[in-house]
Amino acid sequence: MNNFDYFRASTIPEAVAAASAPGAAYLAAGTNLLDLMKGGVARPSRLVDINRLPGLDRIEPLPGGGVRIGALVRNADLAHDPDFARRFPAVAEALLSGASAQLRNAATVGGNLLQRTRCPYFYDVASACNKREPGAGCEARGGDTRLHAVLGWSESCIATNPSDFCVPLVALDAVVEIAGKTGRREVPLESFHRLPGDAPERDSVLEPGELILAIRLPDEAAAFAAHARYLKVRERTSYAFAVVSAAAVLRIEDDEIVVARIALGGVALKPWRPRAAEGMLAGARADGTSFRRAAEAALEDAKPSGDNAFKIVLARGIVMRALMLAAAGTPERMPALPASPFALPSGVLQHV
Amino acid sequence: MSEIALSQAPAHLRHGSNMGQPLTRREGVLKVTGRARFAADNHPPGMLYAVLAVSSIARGRVAFLDVQAAKAHLGVVEVMTPSNRPPLAQDPDIRANPFMFRLDVLQNDRVRYANQPIAVVIAETLEAATEGAVLLSPRYETEPARVGLDSVESFVPPEVGLLNPAEVQRGDVEAGLAAASKRIEATYETPAQYHNAMEPHAIVAAWDGEKLSIDTPSQGLALALGRLAGLLGISPENIHIRSPFLGGGFGSKGLMTGPQVLGVLAAKFVGRPVKLVLRREQMYGPVGHRPLTRQTLRLGADGDGALTAIAHHTKTASSTFDEFFEPASDISHTLYASPAIATSHEGVRLDIGTPMFMRAPGEATGSVALESAIDEMALACRMDPLAFRLRNYAETEPISGKPFSSKALRECYARGAERFGWARRPLAPRQMRDEAGLLVGWGVGTATFPALMFQGQARAVIRNDGSGAMELGAHDMGQGAWTALAQIAADSLGLDIDQVEFRSGSSDLPDAGIAGGSGHTATAGMAIHNAGADAIAKLADLATGDQRSPLFGAGNAGVVARGGRLFRRDDEGRSESYAEILARVGLAEVEGRGKSASDPAARDGYAMHAHGAVFAEVKVDPELGQIRATRLVGAFAAGRIINPRLVRSQYYGGMIWGVAFALHERAMMDPRSGRVMNPNLGEYRVPVNADVPSLEAILVEENDPHVNALGIKGVGEIGVTGTAGAVANAVWHATGIRVREFPITLDRLIGPAP
Amino acid sequence: MGLSISFNLNGVARKVELDDPRVTLLDLLRERLDLTGTKKGCDRGQCGACTVHVDGRRINSCLALAVSCDGANVVTIEGLARGDVLHPVQAAFIAHDGFQCGFCTPGQIMSAVGLIQEGQAGEDPERIREGMSGNLCRCGAYAGITEAVIDAQRELAELDRRQVA
Repeated sequence: MNNFDYFRASTIPEAVAAASAPGAAYLAAGTNLLDLMKGGVARPSRLVDINRLPGLDRIEPLPGGGVRIGALVRNADLAHDPDFARRFPAVAEALLSGASAQLRNAATVGGNLLQRTRCPYFYDVASACNKREPGAGCEARGGDTRLHAVLGWSESCIATNPSDFCVPLVALDAVVEIAGKTGRREVPLESFHRLPGDAPERDSVLEPGELILAIRLPDEAAAFAAHARYLKVRERTSYAFAVVSAAAVLRIEDDEIVVARIALGGVALKPWRPRAAEGMLAGARADGTSFRRAAEAALEDAKPSGDNAFKIVLARGIVMRALMLAAAGTPERMPALPASPFALPSGVLQHV
Repeated sequence: MSEIALSQAPAHLRHGSNMGQPLTRREGVLKVTGRARFAADNHPPGMLYAVLAVSSIARGRVAFLDVQAAKAHLGVVEVMTPSNRPPLAQDPDIRANPFMFRLDVLQNDRVRYANQPIAVVIAETLEAATEGAVLLSPRYETEPARVGLDSVESFVPPEVGLLNPAEVQRGDVEAGLAAASKRIEATYETPAQYHNAMEPHAIVAAWDGEKLSIDTPSQGLALALGRLAGLLGISPENIHIRSPFLGGGFGSKGLMTGPQVLGVLAAKFVGRPVKLVLRREQMYGPVGHRPLTRQTLRLGADGDGALTAIAHHTKTASSTFDEFFEPASDISHTLYASPAIATSHEGVRLDIGTPMFMRAPGEATGSVALESAIDEMALACRMDPLAFRLRNYAETEPISGKPFSSKALRECYARGAERFGWARRPLAPRQMRDEAGLLVGWGVGTATFPALMFQGQARAVIRNDGSGAMELGAHDMGQGAWTALAQIAADSLGLDIDQVEFRSGSSDLPDAGIAGGSGHTATAGMAIHNAGADAIAKLADLATGDQRSPLFGAGNAGVVARGGRLFRRDDEGRSESYAEILARVGLAEVEGRGKSASDPAARDGYAMHAHGAVFAEVKVDPELGQIRATRLVGAFAAGRIINPRLVRSQYYGGMIWGVAFALHERAMMDPRSGRVMNPNLGEYRVPVNADVPSLEAILVEENDPHVNALGIKGVGEIGVTGTAGAVANAVWHATGIRVREFPITLDRLIGPAP
Repeated sequence: MGLSISFNLNGVARKVELDDPRVTLLDLLRERLDLTGTKKGCDRGQCGACTVHVDGRRINSCLALAVSCDGANVVTIEGLARGDVLHPVQAAFIAHDGFQCGFCTPGQIMSAVGLIQEGQAGEDPERIREGMSGNLCRCGAYAGITEAVIDAQRELAELDRRQVA
């Protein structure tokens, strides 16, 4: 790890000013940043420690049913907040399916939005990687591509976004509150992460020095609580990134879908929102036929970036299953194996 | 209370009461409080930190290292490179015996695999040394890496494993196949796997003139001592290695590795104690691995399901500069009866670190292929897989015709099957679902591992306070040597375990052989047994020859040692305590010495193996393909069990390795660069707790009068064998899909049902 | 560079002058404070061997910068037993053979204590297995670990009841 200046910020303007310098990076829990620094993938010259910034560690319910989540709220605290988990069960399930209990205890929600891809060629500093070093090339192409993107990838980058948390958040139209040198702005989470295009080095729309203050779930997001699931297929039962995942949330009235929201994880460099598939479900019956059609539509634009055609088949299956599970109803209690295909059948439904 | 009977005639043994007890680990409190001191926990005064720089290419040479940049980093003290590394007395590329592997210790600028050490940075702090290694920013002259079994021409290796012939046959396989009414031919691929002990290889080395003091984990202290003495050109007496605890070994700490030698050289180079710990990613190269294999099995069976031929061919890889060829085909020598067996191996040389013994080397790899093929043959014969195995039960060792020294495999099959509920298994695949609709499958595999013994020594003492001591340089890498060997020691001395001081894990104690090949308990245990008997014999002489002793004249009848007293065998009313005997003759202690080695006559006459049967249940999501090994039952017979609690844990550990082999572990090597792309514990997957929800191990009793006087076989590796195949067979039974490439991953199982 | 941090370590107030901001909590404990019970297995948050409690929560100390721990309350494996009396989780790990080589054990135990304090798993073995899946054990002592956690959980609940009564 390279040496760096350590600066502990005590106000937001102070933090933003300190982090606007070239080479600076914010340090929250550091669960991803320190990993990257130890691997030589990130070599910041200055770390701006934001852990002491006041007011960013709160979960604030909004009067209309939404919630504002401070950027420094720890993943575990959010997932285990009873009121939050009741209103946004798919988000809680996604959080609890990610990483390990130790990492969830430390990692912040703001940091989760900024975690970087697990592409092995990004991590391996001896490999060419456009994301790590603009213009260097992409050695993932033609390498071991089993787990790479099938949607939204470009010739310059075929990596995927590893977040679980962001998948249901995107489905629920979350908004990111950002502070920068010139003031504050808000960005829908769906537009926050960037597809690679020809500038894969930029993961998000954040400008230098910009700081995530909070993530906000709008009031209408709480209306899906009765039919909200996250499903994640992994290569071991726990403590693994998704091969593919999906969030599905539904509003159902009299067996008819009023609104459907779907997001996919592990398929692209951002959480993928297949709006066409959502549109097909509005007004449809909540049954296998509708869900199968939606799953087909969700992956319509998918194409393999290497030896990963199976992920398209898998993603269809996951969308279909996540919709089925959501239609069956949110379980009363968080499954013992959150988001796992090996979670027991939903059983008693949550009463909301 | 323990006892050992003794007479002038060969000792008549009775089961002691320390052996066989499920004692908890004697070092348990140290381990649960963090006070067990592993190698990297040492910190001698003045110690510096050494960090390896390793190559990022697989083949070529190092053209430039920015030593100045590294040395300019605050805290960096020195950079050791091929140009300034202290000289060695012996060429590290010379291999004088089978246990001496070639090492990369900065002998030149050549690179022959990725992650090969190319420099060592030594600094005041770990942080400075780590960054110093990065700042070396090596430049290379790169040559194309040879990756994969098909990239170069193959050859028949001179030997496989450790001195096994590459090709063996008995009977006429082609005739057997021709005569068969059912034949199968199938090819299985297994990936490179890495030991990944939780404790990275670590060494703390301190020189005092010509004397060298070392803390490092070792599965073979005497071999390590010899290797270092040879390389350094100093006497073994000048080297002291302490290895009281290994944070796992699994074969990767059996022999001194290059990085450990570099730690010693770094300490010499800077004239101060040095600690060198491998980073996790650096363990994917210089410290061994299980090589990839491609195995082709051809089986024939007659109309009754009796095998007529087994042909097992393995293609595998070694490094370009050393010999280790995974003896995967050899599993077919011992397991199933067949009038014709042919095993063969074919090797290629790739730009990889030299493969090494890894838990059940050959057996694990071979077993997963053979057990899969046996199931495929059973299917061809329309027989239940267990019935097929029983139909081909080997009453004598198939390859040699020798009788088995003992073999309770039938009971293993029966008890495992009963406990598992095998009788309810439908013959056809894809028939069972659980309440959630997941596919359920059941599979079986046969486990086997040879009962090996090496040479070892021990020293026993009986003291005039009535206590005893036993010492030998044994190794506890988690298998429980501190406890099981102390149990044997107590029985050998006729003492309670708390009265015996048990010293181990240090190179200044008698050579206990190597902790490998599942042979350590037998090897060290027999040395202990004989050392205890020797001490008791000397004590008995002091008593039976002394008119003042109540045991006077008992020489012919013999005495029994028990609870710190010698009893006259024919009249237990007459006895004397150890303390009394020694006090009367004015001796502080008597000393006994013991050795162990396998009995060549017994080995000539008998085939010696442990056996077992593993039954596995898996669940598979029918659409999403995710797999979980939901239930495992293993029944094992491995001779005498010294400590059933610890043995059960060994079986569990092995079975989990079997699950990992079948479903998880795979080193992902980039075909262009020859680098392992998942050199970590996140993407190189080993099972987590949730992967193995239900394990059961049944300890089947087995008395073996031939393997050694204690009847001990060995339990450390057998659990891997059988299990991997059982899981693979269960996946087939769940899905109807036979995956022949390991690990079995979900992408093979999704899509339309077969 | 002078970086001064004050924190509570196993019940004792400590002040440490750091000469380097790169020092992780793990390396501070192991290399500078001679608390070597906490182990380094991967140094990348992928194995759990370095688990300690910071402000009452189990975390991976390899991914925490020491400077960030200014003012924190840190408990390591060395701070768990009361004198010679083992914590119930420690005793249960011995009784159920919840370890073999012992290298991952301090992390497993700190994780198990954290799991029990979090109160999410109860005595449900499946929840315990999931909650303990951030701690790899290459020896494969998982069955004993799960049993030990169940047992210790019961004993701690019993102790709580008695204290309340």
